[in-house]
Amino acid sequence: MNLTMVQAIGQALAQEMERDDRIIVLGEDVGRDGGVFRATEGLFDRFGPERVMDTPLAESAIIGAAVGMAALGLRPVAEIQFMGFIYPAFNQIVSHVARMRNRSRGRFTVPVTIRTPYGGGVKALEHHSESTEALFCQVPGLTVVVPSTPYDAKGLLTASLRSDDPVIFLEPAKLYRAEKQEVPEKAYEIPLRKAAVVREGRDLTLIAWGAMIPVARRAAEAAQAEGVSVEVIDLRTLSPMDRDTIVASVKRTGRALVVHEAPKTCGLGAEIAATIGESALLSLNGPVMRVTGQDITVPLPKSEEHYIPGPERVLRAVRRLMEY
Amino acid sequence: MIELFDPLKGARLQVLDETGASDPGLDPGLSEAELRSIYEAMVRTRAADAKALKLQRQGRLGTYPPSRGHEACQVGLASAMAPGDWLFPYFRDLGMYIALGYPLADYFHFWMGNEAGQRTPDGLNIFPIAIPVGSQIPQAVGAGIAAKYRKLPIAVVSTFGDGATSEGDFHEGLNFAGVFRTPNVFVCLNNQFAISVPRARQTASATIAQKAVAYGFPGVQVDGNDVLAVHAAAREALARARTGGGPTLIEAFTYRMGDHTTSDDAARYRTKEEVLEWERRDPLLRFRLYLGRKGLWDEAAEAKVQDAAAAFVEKAVAEAESRPPAAPEDLFAYTYGTMPPDLEAQLDELKASLAGGRR
Repeated sequence: MNLTMVQAIGQALAQEMERDDRIIVLGEDVGRDGGVFRATEGLFDRFGPERVMDTPLAESAIIGAAVGMAALGLRPVAEIQFMGFIYPAFNQIVSHVARMRNRSRGRFTVPVTIRTPYGGGVKALEHHSESTEALFCQVPGLTVVVPSTPYDAKGLLTASLRSDDPVIFLEPAKLYRAEKQEVPEKAYEIPLRKAAVVREGRDLTLIAWGAMIPVARRAAEAAQAEGVSVEVIDLRTLSPMDRDTIVASVKRTGRALVVHEAPKTCGLGAEIAATIGESALLSLNGPVMRVTGQDITVPLPKSEEHYIPGPERVLRAVRRLMEY
Repeated sequence: MIELFDPLKGARLQVLDETGASDPGLDPGLSEAELRSIYEAMVRTRAADAKALKLQRQGRLGTYPPSRGHEACQVGLASAMAPGDWLFPYFRDLGMYIALGYPLADYFHFWMGNEAGQRTPDGLNIFPIAIPVGSQIPQAVGAGIAAKYRKLPIAVVSTFGDGATSEGDFHEGLNFAGVFRTPNVFVCLNNQFAISVPRARQTASATIAQKAVAYGFPGVQVDGNDVLAVHAAAREALARARTGGGPTLIEAFTYRMGDHTTSDDAARYRTKEEVLEWERRDPLLRFRLYLGRKGLWDEAAEAKVQDAAAAFVEKAVAEAESRPPAAPEDLFAYTYGTMPPDLEAQLDELKASLAGGRR
């Protein structure tokens, strides 16, 4: 069936809820309204208000409640309406969700999936376009997952819902309805902690995730026209990171370029560059380069294209890197 | 009974007066064995608390928040809980742990800074101690939601201090509880101070109990130095929670007789006279007077209880101190269900460093 990403997410939720009655969806407007992006559309009618809970408008309690629900054997799926609103829940995520297994020496786990749309490019209000994934990648115990296609979204979300570790599942709002893709009706998992080479190439490795994957692909096609063969890696799980796939690719290509939407400083690109420095230094023909959002507040919609990396900025970096 | 004590009218539930006389209409009518067991737990709590302070002064235990003065709140509440009930505690709950049968050695272990003390033994429904203030409250509500969903006839208790009622998580948690009518009992141990800041600086409400009114469920203020008052209120609230009657907020009005923690000096912000005034209302003293009136206490009985408490505490200290600190593997083992390669590499590096290799 041809599905958009948001439909694929809804299908994964419905199928897993059907399979496992410990899964409870909770969040703001997830019930009758089906979520502001309609990711949970139809779930309320199908599973009822006990399993699809419209909560009061309180992010910390949504996540805090999920922790307690997990203690009694449930597997909550908490929706935070936008990543820009996740911060009131940060204490619950960092102090409890991420470390409950450790805090209890394995007695308690928090198999919660926290879904939230992230990223710009949808002409939204202030605080609706953030991509602060690096904040979560520094927290031991969290698994941070970002899909880039409808097919991946279903498989990665299914794997996340079945994981006994807490998952921050970041959904690129820009890609929710950007394309339709053939998505198998049957449930399937795409393994967490595993990156995918989504385009093979010889000269340069481009590492990206989420909404930057289509940008990377377009840049790679443009580079191809200039005779440069670009390999594109979709990280899929940002943390724990699949460093082996990155290193193996860079050892072959000798060049690495990271593209992310988040600000440059202390963004995940820095971690990837350090990894390549530690494990593939002698294979490099040039520095690991980054094309990222600038270290500024995400601009309002009229100027956001200056902030979000586009194919041209990526292509310019590819050309610079090929000069080494 | 709880409804008879309207916090908006300044009512406070008290069963025992300061001479140990009980109000016959309110006395929960516990058996002699139950009364003795409550007193024993209170004495053990006081003894374990004093020991923890000593160990801290000797460098054998880390920063510690003393419980002296809170014994009636803690034991009164724990003694009303049923085996299936859950506790989402805060960091000053020693008497709860003792009364619920948590191994004291494990409790000391945690405050000694040993990871292994963080594991609640299987079969005990106690969540790890919440140090970020108030964060356990919405978690308790989530457990209540789960209990309701799974149709378990249990109650979920969460304890916290007066300072926690200023936190957003208090509001969010109680608001959820009211909306979803969860089987929760929220117990605020109002000991008049959040470190140095007095209760009047936490809220302009006349009582903490009255905040429940705004969340749409009952709240009651009880004398927190009266173990029977705490027990009676808790018993009623727990029974209501277990049978679908929804949440309750209990404010146990008490006093922190010691410092906030061993790093604090309460003399900086309160007078000796005030502390002495509250020592007169010592919860152990009052309960002892009550037991004496019932013919359940005399000097010989006291000596027996004290000796047993001392032995109980010494055994726990010996056991806690005999355990080695967590091994490196143990520090890494519980971050994820299965260890990612990054952590394996970091553990290997630590082990190689400990083995004394040159690089």
